[in-house]
Amino acid sequence: MLEIKDLHVKFHSREREAVSGVSLTIRNGEILGLVGESGSGKTVTAMSVAGLLPRRSCDYSGSIELDGTELLHADRTLLRKMQGKEIGVVFQEPMSAMDPLMKIGEQVGETLLLHHPEISSEDRYYCALAAMREAELPNPEDTYGRYPHELSGGMLQRAMIAAAIISRPKLLLLDEPTTALDVTIQAQILELLKKLNREHGISMLFISHNLNVVRKLCSRVAVMQKGILVEEGQTEDVWENPHHPYTKRLIAAIPTRTKKEAPDHDKF
Amino acid sequence: MKYAARKILMLLVTMVIVSFLAFLAFSLISGDPATAMLGTEATPEKVAALREELGLNRPLLAQYGTWVLGFFTGNLGTSYSYRMPVSSLIGQKLPLTLALSLLSFLLILVVAVPLGIRSARQSESRLDGVHTALNQLFMALPPFFTGILLTWLFGILLHWFTPGKFPIFSEHPGLFFWNLLFPAIAVAIPRIAMTVRMLRSTILHEMNQDYVRTAISRGNDRVGVLYRHVLKNAMAPVIAFLAQTMAEVIAGSIVVEQVFAVPGLGRLLLASIGNRDWPVVEVIVVILAFWVVLANTIGDLLSQRIDPRLRLGGDAR
Repeated sequence: MLEIKDLHVKFHSREREAVSGVSLTIRNGEILGLVGESGSGKTVTAMSVAGLLPRRSCDYSGSIELDGTELLHADRTLLRKMQGKEIGVVFQEPMSAMDPLMKIGEQVGETLLLHHPEISSEDRYYCALAAMREAELPNPEDTYGRYPHELSGGMLQRAMIAAAIISRPKLLLLDEPTTALDVTIQAQILELLKKLNREHGISMLFISHNLNVVRKLCSRVAVMQKGILVEEGQTEDVWENPHHPYTKRLIAAIPTRTKKEAPDHDKF
Repeated sequence: MKYAARKILMLLVTMVIVSFLAFLAFSLISGDPATAMLGTEATPEKVAALREELGLNRPLLAQYGTWVLGFFTGNLGTSYSYRMPVSSLIGQKLPLTLALSLLSFLLILVVAVPLGIRSARQSESRLDGVHTALNQLFMALPPFFTGILLTWLFGILLHWFTPGKFPIFSEHPGLFFWNLLFPAIAVAIPRIAMTVRMLRSTILHEMNQDYVRTAISRGNDRVGVLYRHVLKNAMAPVIAFLAQTMAEVIAGSIVVEQVFAVPGLGRLLLASIGNRDWPVVEVIVVILAFWVVLANTIGDLLSQRIDPRLRLGGDAR
């Protein structure tokens, strides 16, 4: 459904290409993991798909097609029709990604307001509540009228997910959505994403620097280093049998769980 | 609501403190009002009689109480130099100064907000440097100077209004506001320039925030991003600035009244200071202080309506 071919992105302010010749495919209903360290070009790849590249300050080439519609070279008007409606985005820092002066519920319902102006505000309210319920936000009626500073990071990220899925997009771009959250919340969000993928068949591009997280969620994984795609394959294959030395190092860098008696000063 | 109640209580407390300080200061510097009022006719007997009549032999706090109550009853004492009640003296002049201040504040609002938005949207145009230079120039124009220029251009050269003759509201209400417009413009110009610059910089700052990217990712166009998200965030700090502006506009008005011969508080204040007419001066001081405190209170209440983060515990500063 999503086909990235030979994507090149170079910012005018940088010497090196941020993305050099990346080709990737996401199939219908698939969750693809995109792994790499910061600066490896994974976020730039996702932003190119989301139409969020600062076009005036970079050069780009290649093609990105979503179900046959070209996105990379699409004009703004077409892009805006796709943004939010066909492609939902969830960012790393939910606190800064949300408008601090707008009620949570209004932000959740914003995509509907933009793409389906024919829906009455009352219906939009109920749709927002439904999306919040789907994102497993407790007490959506109460949360609707709250402001971002009143919610925890995990709750905000659920609200961001609710906002991203409200208009049933084909593709969900998740840019390190769990990195800013603590481990328990992180696990809950991963479960939520799995559920949404299973129940609605939303395809996802999940970006992370953490292979371990990707392994729990994604059937396939692609590894990027310095703008280049170095490895791609079924997650378990890559995990068991990495080919590229960078992938090997990434896997080796994951701390293994050895049972040790926790030292006393760790207990509060 | 609790926040609003606390703000209004603070306003009242501030006003009590300010009025007491003003009263105290003027009773210390003014010497003996009775002697001042009698002037050369002062004999010890006459002074003693007048002191008794004016209630100057009562304790200071009691005198203060009577004086403060005068703001509600209208009995604020007698002017030394005009020999008439302070309240009627000020009552004639205050509406003019208030009308001038409110008119220039209105001008600032309706001109500066759209201009600030426009300036931010055109920040990448080639003319931006010219606009910034013009803005600096307008910011540096003192109201009395602009006032003289406007009088010369529109009063003497173009005869759009008659300099030196200010119409009376009850006789020519239309002409009254027309004549008031020129001093209002003189007061507003530098403040418009400052507000434009501030709004422009807060808008450009907000445009770089992460939530703008989120808004675009949902399919907002530039106009949607600006009016649905950025403007509200950008206005929050500007409101505090506008409150200050509203407070300062009255000072600007008092100066400019001299240039345009507006018979407002300004002339009365200057004349009273010159005549050491303290009963008039201290009442004007309290009125000006009230205006400043009121402007800031309104600003705080508006800010907290816009930004819910300020509602936390009532004081987020």
